[in-house]
This record gives sequence, C-alpha cells and structure tokens, in this order.
Amino acid sequence: MNKISIRNLSLTYSDGTQPLRDISFDIPANQISVIFGPAGGGKSSLLRTLNRLNDLTDLQVQEGSVLLDGSDLLDPSLDVIQLRRQVGMVFARPVVLPLSIKKNVTYGLEVAGETNKDHLSEAVESSLKKAAIWDEVKDRLDDPAIALSGGQQQRICLARVLALEPEVILLDEPTSGLDPISTGKVEESLQDLKREYTIVLVPHSVQQAARTADQAIFLLQGELIEVNSGELMFTNPQDPRTQDYIQGRFG
Amino acid sequence: MISKQKIGINPKPPKREFLITALIKAAGYSAIIFVGMIFLFLLVESLPALREVGLSNLLSSRWYPIEDHYGVLPLIGGTLIITIGATMIALPFGVGTAIYLSEIAPRWLRETLKPIVEILGGLPSVVLGFMGMLILSPYLRIWLDLPTGLSALAGSILLGGIAIPTVVSISEDALDAVPRSYRDASLAMGATEWQTIWRVTLPAARSGVLTAVMLGIGRAIGETMTVMMVTGNAPILPTGIKDLFSPVRTMTATIAAEMGEVANSSTHYHVLFLIGIILFLISLVVNVTASAVVFRQKKSQERILS
Amino acid sequence: MTMKLSARQYKQRLGFSLLTLMTFLTIIPIMGVVIYIIYLGLPAINLEFLTGFPREGMREGGILPAIIGTFYLTLGTAIFAVPLGIGSAIYLSEYAPDNKATQLIRIAIINLAGIPSVVYGLFGLGLFVLFLGFGTSILAGSLTLSIMTLPVIISTTEEALRAVPQSFRTVSMSLGATKWQTIRRIVLPQALPGILTGVILGLERAAGETAPILFTVAAFFLPRLPNSPLDATMALPYHLYVISTQVPGMPIKIQYGTALVLLAFVLSMNLVATAIRSRARARRQW
Repeated sequence: MNKISIRNLSLTYSDGTQPLRDISFDIPANQISVIFGPAGGGKSSLLRTLNRLNDLTDLQVQEGSVLLDGSDLLDPSLDVIQLRRQVGMVFARPVVLPLSIKKNVTYGLEVAGETNKDHLSEAVESSLKKAAIWDEVKDRLDDPAIALSGGQQQRICLARVLALEPEVILLDEPTSGLDPISTGKVEESLQDLKREYTIVLVPHSVQQAARTADQAIFLLQGELIEVNSGELMFTNPQDPRTQDYIQGRFG
Repeated sequence: MISKQKIGINPKPPKREFLITALIKAAGYSAIIFVGMIFLFLLVESLPALREVGLSNLLSSRWYPIEDHYGVLPLIGGTLIITIGATMIALPFGVGTAIYLSEIAPRWLRETLKPIVEILGGLPSVVLGFMGMLILSPYLRIWLDLPTGLSALAGSILLGGIAIPTVVSISEDALDAVPRSYRDASLAMGATEWQTIWRVTLPAARSGVLTAVMLGIGRAIGETMTVMMVTGNAPILPTGIKDLFSPVRTMTATIAAEMGEVANSSTHYHVLFLIGIILFLISLVVNVTASAVVFRQKKSQERILS
Repeated sequence: MTMKLSARQYKQRLGFSLLTLMTFLTIIPIMGVVIYIIYLGLPAINLEFLTGFPREGMREGGILPAIIGTFYLTLGTAIFAVPLGIGSAIYLSEYAPDNKATQLIRIAIINLAGIPSVVYGLFGLGLFVLFLGFGTSILAGSLTLSIMTLPVIISTTEEALRAVPQSFRTVSMSLGATKWQTIRRIVLPQALPGILTGVILGLERAAGETAPILFTVAAFFLPRLPNSPLDATMALPYHLYVISTQVPGMPIKIQYGTALVLLAFVLSMNLVATAIRSRARARRQW
C-alpha cells in the first residue's frame, strides 16, 4: 500500500537551478524509506516538497505529481496548513522554539485551535513517551526547552511533531549533530514509530541508511539513480554509481 | 482531538488573516505616502517664491528679507561649512571610538562607556546649544582671541558632538556583527589584532560603518537649535577656512528663526518654504547616494560569502 | 622573524593608544556637560519648581506646564508612531517581497530619517496647523513628531524582528502555523525587548526636539495646563530655548534648572531602554 506516490517531479528555483529532475518512486506506508546520496543531491528539497515547505523559498516551478493517499500535494489550492499537520518534519539541527518544553510540544495543537487543557496535557504525555523522553522531562515540563541537551532537544522536536498525530514523518538528517548514544536512541524510536506512521528519512551517513532502511532511494545530483529494498540496496546495488558511493569512492 | 481531514482540494487558508495582513501592508507603504506628502506640500508652498522673487535674487549673496534681498547662498554656505567641520570631527572620533569599544576595550569598560556615549545621543539639541552658548563660545573667544565665540567653529564642534553617538553606536553594532570566525581566521594566520581590525573586521563592517557616518552627517545637516544658539546667526557667505571663526547662519536656523514672524502666504513665507525644500532635496540626495553605496556593498559581500 | 614582530606590535600599541585617547576625548566632555548641568541646576530644583506655575514672566516659580506639555506630546507621539511603525516594520521584515516596491519603501524611510527637524516643523505647520485647521495644538505637534519618529521605530523594530532566527519561523510553519500566527506567537515576543528599546529611544528623541514644535504646538507664556489635544502648550525644550536666549534678566539658576529637568526626563528614558536591552540580552533563548 503506497502512502505517497511521486511521478516525474521536477523543481526549478528562480535562479534556474534544478535540485530535482524527473523523480519517480513510491513510498510505502508504515515503512522507513531512506533517501540517501551525496550532498547537494536534492534530498532536502525532496523532503520539503512533501510538506510544501518549499513554498517559503524562491521556488519557481513545481512539475509532476505527488500523491498522498491519492490527493495531489502540489495543487496550488491545497490547504498547506492542514497538510503540514499531517506530514510532520524533524530538522537537522534540533531547533526548539523559545518556549517551555510543554509549550513546544503543544505548539502545533494550539495554533490549530486546540484549547482544552486536558487534551493538551494528554497529548504532551503521549508524545513525549513515544519520543522516549517522558521520564527525563516529566518533572520539568515548564522549563525552557533550550536548557536540554542536544539529543534531548531533538527528541522534543520529534514529540512536537507526534503531538499532531501526523500520518507521515519526515526526518532530515535528524542525528547529524548528536552523539552516538543519542543517535542510537533516535534510530530505535524510528523502528517503534514505523508501526503507526510512515517514515521518510534522510540519513547523515551511509551506515545509518543501511541500519534503518526498509526501502532505500539513491539520489545523485537531482536524479533518481536507484530504488530498492534496504537489504538489497546495500548488499547488491545495481548501478555502478550507487556502488561507488556506498563503498565510499566518492561523496 | 483535532479532526482529521483528508487532504483534498480545499479553499485557500482562513480568511481571518486577510484584515491583519492588509493593515500591515498599509503600514508598510505608509512611509512612501508620508514622504510624498511632505514633498508635495513643500513644493506647493515654495513654488510661488520662484515666481515672486526670481532666480537672480535667490542666487545672490545677500539675505536681508526686510529689503527684499533673498539670496540663499550665504545660508547654503553656512550649512556647508558647518557640516564639513562637523564631519571632520565626527568621523575620526566616532569611528575611532567605535573601534575602541568594539575591538580593544575590555568588556567591563565597554559596558560602562557605551551607555555614556548613548547619553550624548539622547541629549536634546537645545541643551547642547545652551551649554555651547554659555561655555564653549566664551572659551573659544578667549582661547582663540576672537571678537565673538559665536561662530561656525562652535557650531562644528557641537554638531560633531551630536553626530558622534550615531556614528559610534551604529558602527559599533556593525563591527560587533562581524562573525567571530573572521577575526579568529585572521589571528590564526599570524596577524596582530591591529592588523585584523584594519584588514578584516573593519572592511567586513564597511557597509554598516558607512551607514553610520551617513546618518551622522545627516543629523549634522539637519540640526537647528544648536546652530541657532551658537553660530551667531549672521547670514554672511563663508568664503574660506578663515570664515570658520566668524559667525554664519545655516538654512535650518533661518527657517526656525524667521518662520514665527512671517505672515502666512507672504513672499518671505514662501521663500522659507523654498529653503525647506532645498534642505529636503539635499538630504534626499545624501541619503539615496549613501544607501546605494550600502546596497552595492551588501551585494558584493553576499557574492563573496556564497 | 623577531624584528618583524616587534615592528607590528609597536604599531599596534601606538594605534591602540591613539584610539583610547580619542575615546576618552569623546567621553569626558559628555560627562562634563551632564555633571555641570546637575551641579548648576540642582539648586533650582525644589517642589515648587517641579509642581508650580511660572511667575514674574517666567523668572520665578515653577515649570509644571512645560513638564506636563512635554509629557503629553510624548504620549501623543507614541499613540501615532508606535502602531504604525511596528506594523510597517513587520511588513518589511516578514511580508515584503524582494522587489522594486519594497526598495522604494526603504528609500522613503531613509529619507524620512534624514529630513531636518525644522522641515518637519514647516510641514507640520502647513498641513496640521493651517490646512487641516488643528491650530497650534498638542494634536498638530504630536502628529508632526510622530512622522519624524517613525523611521527610528521602523528600523529598530525591523532589526529586532530580523534578529529572531529564521529557523524558528520555519519550524513554526512546519507545525501548521500561519504566517501571522508565527509572528504573533514567536517572532514578536522574541523581538519585544529590541522593539521596546527602539520605541523608547525614538520617543526620547521626540521629547527633546524643539524645531518641530516651534510652530506647531509650543507656546511660551501659557501658565495653565492644557485641557484638550487642541490646546497649545508649553514644552520643556522650547521653554529652555526661550528663557536662555530671549528673556533678559533670567536667573541662571532657573535656566540650568530647566535644562536639568529636561535632561532628567530624557536620560531616564535612556536608562529604561538600556536596562531593557541588557536584560533581554542575558535572557535570550537562542
């Protein structure tokens, strides 16, 4: 069952650069799809298309189709506000909002109009638990989120996305600034989360890709080179360019 | 919990933001409207002067409205000489102090001195004029053996003082904004702190410092009360450096001093508006040129950084 | 190698000393002025001076009407300039596209900032006092002063808004917030100390200005308090100007006393602004 279907997606910025050219692949539901490749390959642009965050940049042309459960995400009349609640994103550096831990987690709910205090508290507890950080912060929910360590902050970022009960979670190099232990914790959480959500991950290393991928997509300079299951991609890549990259001959 | 909507073709995001967005947009454009209004008004009230007085009178070097002499050259000259004098004081002292505070002074000293400089910036010009009148001018008279201390020099010194806080504060912010990594990189290559300042930090902050100096000069040109109180208010065309020590009169002081005694819509009234529009145009030219410089500076910096 | 190092270090020491000297040459006169005014003005300050009305052609008594007048003018300026200025800054920082129209707005603001204060007075006289018929009034004076104060408020507010990291906005919008929600909940609150500082500094300047109020509001001999915005009023800066240049036999004590009150008014605003700024820097969450 495909959650997201991408067909012939191309992006052009106002200065003429094309981060993505004619990309087509599917993202199955309740799996971790990993989009990997060298820097500048278009991975972040692809991710940001999925929650229409590219609208905030000087993107000029969006071609092709991106279907989420059959509806076209690229439709200009789409309610992108609602979309972003259904497709959540965790960024590369943990960016906590300048608010308390609790307010960080409830932010998305509050701007959506949720005012019921009980609902909010429930959401806080359940999302912090899913992000595997409830025990560490449950006694200091009113402390500023900035006081936490990098790894903890990143899990707060995950929790605030989870509070909105999205269908898809996008993660753009979520562990790039974190120590190995925090990285491991995040990867563990993803395995748990995929049962309920569809996960699209841009890893910060090939090793992370190999560890986590159910499906792997190799993107090189805006072009889709290869799509395969996680196992096959990293044991027997088909395209020589994929092989070279995985083996570290360039990157 | 929030209702889950299937993503589909929905109408545009809620209209409730339309009003606030419109208000903000209107506020954004208000500046243009105000400038336009001011220019239009000055224009309408000053054009009659050209008709009633004639260019040859206006360009003469005699300002004596009582006898229908409306030569504005002495006034322009007065403004010019004082502005130049003020810049010669404000630029070195202002930028120098900014560099000292931002790059050299230890933190505790900087935190103490910076507010003091800002105090000078907050001093009302009438207070400075007051002090200048009672203290600076008499001292100038005594030290320099002049017939009167009320002179262009007194005006220049005070105006330089008025411009300095603007120059210091904005330059200092600009220098402060230069990323630490620039300085570190320079020092790591073996440069001294002094060299780093002049070759790396100051050039990187160039657009901000330029803006600072421009704004400082702008303040000097536009000053009214201070010059009214210390420059002697004699509308004599300054012809050389020597005239720094004699009284002059600026355009601003002329308007302020004579507007109150002028009949509405008389020729004198219109000529004062004419002086007003000249001032407006001068500040327009100064500002637009300087901001163009800043703009070009920023563009080239962006190219370098990318 | 050692020789070269010495020469450079010598140059550095010289340069540093020069700059230190320059700085102190700038600082010392400032402190001198303030101290002098305090020293000579303090004897005049007593309860009567601050709360009483002038007598004997201003040569005795108090300056209450001038104090109240300046207060009202500052308030009036705030009422007009603050919402307009902040709104304008929000537009520039958060909404304005990068095109010619926006450039034009910026040029307009720079121009407004550079217009001499006396030209504002001229404009205020022509438009508010005469054309719109407000007469010499607090209303005319406040409107004039507020246009004059606008550029300061706009630029400091815009700076404060831009200082808020872009990542906050991106994150906020990725969580389903609209642009205005993002501004209202994250950007404005974070920028607030900077905005307040700018507003106070702008108002401080407005309070001390004489030229714009010369023909739009200021009266010299008006020994009663204003009753409505359409009244003219005395004001501290104008009062100081007149008593120091146009009234023979004015006791020096009164002149310095008036200067001191004006200074205190203005400096206290400065202090508040600085305090806000320092506190904000310490408590910044990014």
